[in-house]
Amino acid sequence: MDAKKYRDYVEQVTPKHSCFRNMCKAFVSGGLLCVIGQGLTNIFMAQGMSMTMASAYTTLCLITGSVLLTGFNLVVPLVRFAGAGYLVPITGFANSVAACAIEYRQEGMIFGVGSKIFTIAGPVILYGIVTSGLFGALYFILTEISVV
Amino acid sequence: MKKRGYATITFERPPVIGAHAGIVGPKEGEGPLGKYFDQIYEDPMMGEKTWEQAESALQRKAVSAVLDKGGLCAGNVDYFFAGDLLGQSIASSFGLEGFCRPVFGLYGACATIGEALILSAICTASDMAQTAMAVTSSHFASAERQFRFPLEYGSQRPLSATWTVTGSGAFLVASGKAAGGNLPAASHARITAVTPGQIVDMGVRDSMNMGACMAPAACHTIETHFRETGTGPDDFDAIITGDLGYVGQDILIGLMQKKGFDLKQKHMDCGIEIFDRSTQDTHSGGSGCGCSAAVLSAFILPKLETGQWKRVLFVPTGALLSPVSFNEGKGVPGIAHGIKLEAPGA
Repeated sequence: MDAKKYRDYVEQVTPKHSCFRNMCKAFVSGGLLCVIGQGLTNIFMAQGMSMTMASAYTTLCLITGSVLLTGFNLVVPLVRFAGAGYLVPITGFANSVAACAIEYRQEGMIFGVGSKIFTIAGPVILYGIVTSGLFGALYFILTEISVV
Repeated sequence: MKKRGYATITFERPPVIGAHAGIVGPKEGEGPLGKYFDQIYEDPMMGEKTWEQAESALQRKAVSAVLDKGGLCAGNVDYFFAGDLLGQSIASSFGLEGFCRPVFGLYGACATIGEALILSAICTASDMAQTAMAVTSSHFASAERQFRFPLEYGSQRPLSATWTVTGSGAFLVASGKAAGGNLPAASHARITAVTPGQIVDMGVRDSMNMGACMAPAACHTIETHFRETGTGPDDFDAIITGDLGYVGQDILIGLMQKKGFDLKQKHMDCGIEIFDRSTQDTHSGGSGCGCSAAVLSAFILPKLETGQWKRVLFVPTGALLSPVSFNEGKGVPGIAHGIKLEAPGA
């Protein structure tokens, strides 16, 4: 069997998670997370905070919650069910940073935590900044020539 | 000792596996083979500070258990053949440094125990040594760190993924001649032929489907062994691969079918045996250097020593995955080594 045929054969016989079922789980759990976030925002606003301030505090709470869950190793079982529902919101980002911090602590504060904390989140940060820069420039040009 | 054909070596005076030990972590202890292991450690950290040190402790304890069983001290071991999955084989270097014996460090991914046993057998059969210790280990946490993500990182594992076994297996291979302690004894399994495997790369680019990466190598080694020793599946009580898992098993049986060999009735896989996938969430099965080694010691050799089985072909399999070459666009090549093990006096 040549390599190409073999890879096609492997593709056929390898079992896969049901994409539809995963999407449903992610929809429900991601939605639930958003409800929690909205609930927090409402509570903060009821305390007299402005919308902007309440949003900032909500983000802070979700990040802190996710970091704590990571520390107690509870994110892994949660993500097993929720998938993208947990990973796509800010909770996933917090988990990826906290998990690296915990894992590489043994290699020291500089060469361990310092240089490896963004091993997973690094690409998101880098390309997030680059993309926002590019779109900012595009927006600037479009406003200059009065398109928008 | 005679080379037959392309790869196989047969032994007129077969070396024996004198003493052996298989030790594992808590998850493996809860698995279907739990009751067979020599020691089960409830603390996956093994009382150490890091996962890497814990894996070294596994090797150290496996070797110590073998020495105890064989009534030997480290000085009776002529050479160590050892390996693990970590960069620069640090589990072996720190695990074995205290024994102060000559060490050959090996890397053959999860097939390393095959390489270690083959070299130990050649070494003892050629009278270069009276005894050689083959030992390998793997640890779930250190392997995840080496090849994948931090332990606390939430990611969904595909169904074809395997679970790295926390465990170690050590085997004292002795020549037919007296080697001290209680070696050799009439009750020891013998290594009668070996077929070192070649690297087979089908360009599979899925590092979470190791079974598919390794199955062609296992197929090549098993077919070579059959051809060069004039045997077939019916000559063995079992043909036991290392860690192909459920996905790899299906592929191997399919590939062998195409070569004209029916493995369906005879095939077993250490990775499938060690965990219960329905209750342990291990998906395709167990894997790692410690998987085939611990299962060989705890489950396969006792069956040969008690005469329940007469002859098996043990084929540990390895996926030669490197995060560097993988990121640089290369596939994951496979390797598998064949070892024919026979019951005493068979």
